[in-house]
Amino acid sequence: MISSWIWSHLPGPAIVKLLILLIVLAALVLVLFEWVFPWVSESLPIQDPTIAEET
Amino acid sequence: MSVPTDLKPAEHPPSHARTRTGVSVVGILGELLIAAGVLLGLFVVWQLFYTDVQGEREQAEIVDNLEWAEDPVAPADVETTDVQLIPDDLKVTDEDPETSPTPDFTETFATMMVPRWGDDYVKPVSEGVTRPDVLDPLGIGHYPETAMPGEAGNFALAAHRTTYGKPFNQVDILEVGDKLIVQTEDIWAVYSVTSWEIVQPEEYDVVAPTPREPEAGVTDRFITLTTCHPLYSAAERWIVYGEMDYWAPVGHGVPAELVEVPA
Repeated sequence: MISSWIWSHLPGPAIVKLLILLIVLAALVLVLFEWVFPWVSESLPIQDPTIAEET
Repeated sequence: MSVPTDLKPAEHPPSHARTRTGVSVVGILGELLIAAGVLLGLFVVWQLFYTDVQGEREQAEIVDNLEWAEDPVAPADVETTDVQLIPDDLKVTDEDPETSPTPDFTETFATMMVPRWGDDYVKPVSEGVTRPDVLDPLGIGHYPETAMPGEAGNFALAAHRTTYGKPFNQVDILEVGDKLIVQTEDIWAVYSVTSWEIVQPEEYDVVAPTPREPEAGVTDRFITLTTCHPLYSAAERWIVYGEMDYWAPVGHGVPAELVEVPA
């Protein structure tokens, strides 16, 4: 199991493990919101409000 | 027939081991699927909520940072404060404003106020209509090559109807005669909504100098808004057409239309 493998490989007591996990998750969400999702959204043509000549 | 009990201990360990590996493969697959589900859920949260929060905050900041941008005036302010209205003799209907230099790509050169969308509605208008540079971060975009505010031709704008601060979210409640008020560093320009329609994304002639009549050339002073249709989709475009009432230099009060409550 991935989750139990990660849990057993994190250092320190349970409370430290939990803190590390929360920090990593927050960093992950930040990266997704600021860089990954904007990039994905721009490559999806489902949001374009402009008119353009057929290319 | 009774089950030979002596076989049971021998059979049990392999069958147990098989089950364990089976569980862990399915388990890892399950964990990956859960992760993918969470990722997709996060994307939806980001697209539908976070881009609005971010967009509204950033677009309000852009307007705040424009030194020349006037604050919107609520109809109620007229009674309590001394709001000056543009006198009639300054209103121009048949001449172009003095040509200001063409704005650079992504430059915010105007603000737009729409009383129908609330007396606090004011959004920045920037040059260009590409998503990553203008529409996502800056709000309303101006089709390059189309007229500038007050100029003869078609002042054509695009903006999101959902997400990224959704400047044109309420495009469907506009009525004929509703005012679209644009302010630049030099002028106020007041336009009235004349009609709207839903078109295919490639019908480019809606932003022609004379909307829908690309052969006609420049005939009058128009405004065109383009945005997504239906909501949360981009299969079609909702187009609003308008004509200019007048333009007037800034510094002599605000257009009376700004403080009129839309009927």
